[in-house]
Amino acid sequence: MISPVMSQSTAPSYDLGNLGIETRKLGMWAFLASEVMFFTGLIGAYIVLRQAQPSWPLPSTILNIPLTAVNTFILICSSATLVKGLASAKDGDKEGMQVGLFLTFLLGALFLAIQMHEYDELLHGRGLTPSGNIFGTCFFTLTGFHGMHVFIGVLCMLFVFIKSLRGGYSPAEYRGIEIVGLYWHFVDLVWIILFTILYLI
Amino acid sequence: MSSDTHAHPSYGKIFLALFALTVAEVIYANVPLAKVYIVLGLVFLAVLKAALVALFYMHLRFEKVLLAIIGFAPLILSIILILMVGADIRHIHP
Repeated sequence: MISPVMSQSTAPSYDLGNLGIETRKLGMWAFLASEVMFFTGLIGAYIVLRQAQPSWPLPSTILNIPLTAVNTFILICSSATLVKGLASAKDGDKEGMQVGLFLTFLLGALFLAIQMHEYDELLHGRGLTPSGNIFGTCFFTLTGFHGMHVFIGVLCMLFVFIKSLRGGYSPAEYRGIEIVGLYWHFVDLVWIILFTILYLI
Repeated sequence: MSSDTHAHPSYGKIFLALFALTVAEVIYANVPLAKVYIVLGLVFLAVLKAALVALFYMHLRFEKVLLAIIGFAPLILSIILILMVGADIRHIHP
């Protein structure tokens, strides 16, 4: 385990690798690179399948665009509350940090709850199933894998929130929030792309 | 420059920009234009939003360029793959 090199100063000083980048951050970016490959592979398959299918349905005739636009807004809000929480941790504002992390957790859970409601509406109301047609397969595969990532992110957010309540973060040690934050923002970034290609185009 | 030393960017402004771009996307998707202009416009807006998140929320604007290269280099390979397979599909369905 890499521990920060603590000094009398409150400014954090972490072990840097040969590249001059803190090793945990470098590790998270390497992981995100694999996630880029994972999601671009799925999105690529969706684009190719859609090109190959002459009668692709117009998404707005099947999907609930206003509800998903609200859900997109919720995820954007969660990214904003997280950066505020991180900034508060850096500034030594313990309460601001805890509020930011809790709101991020709450908004992530709300995103998932709305997605579950959307699934219920599609499966039981409109008869769109993962095995019914290629549109349904693509839709549930892409949004399902993304939702799974959000679920993992929500669990991570709960972990850092509980750790913040126990005094685990300070202006000298906030890297845990930053590393989880990178994952969370990446999941938000992926949703921005998915919302456009799955729902709007 | 590392994220440890830079001043906090204006997160409020980034948030408002992301909100405004999301509203713009939903409105633009319903504008009666040719499909190609709708697709190009929406992709542009999505890339703009993704860039804002990556640059400011993920702090790439303040990090070493190497991190961005590590994170997004696979994107280039994936785009090449999509274009090649897409070309093959066009061959099947001219």
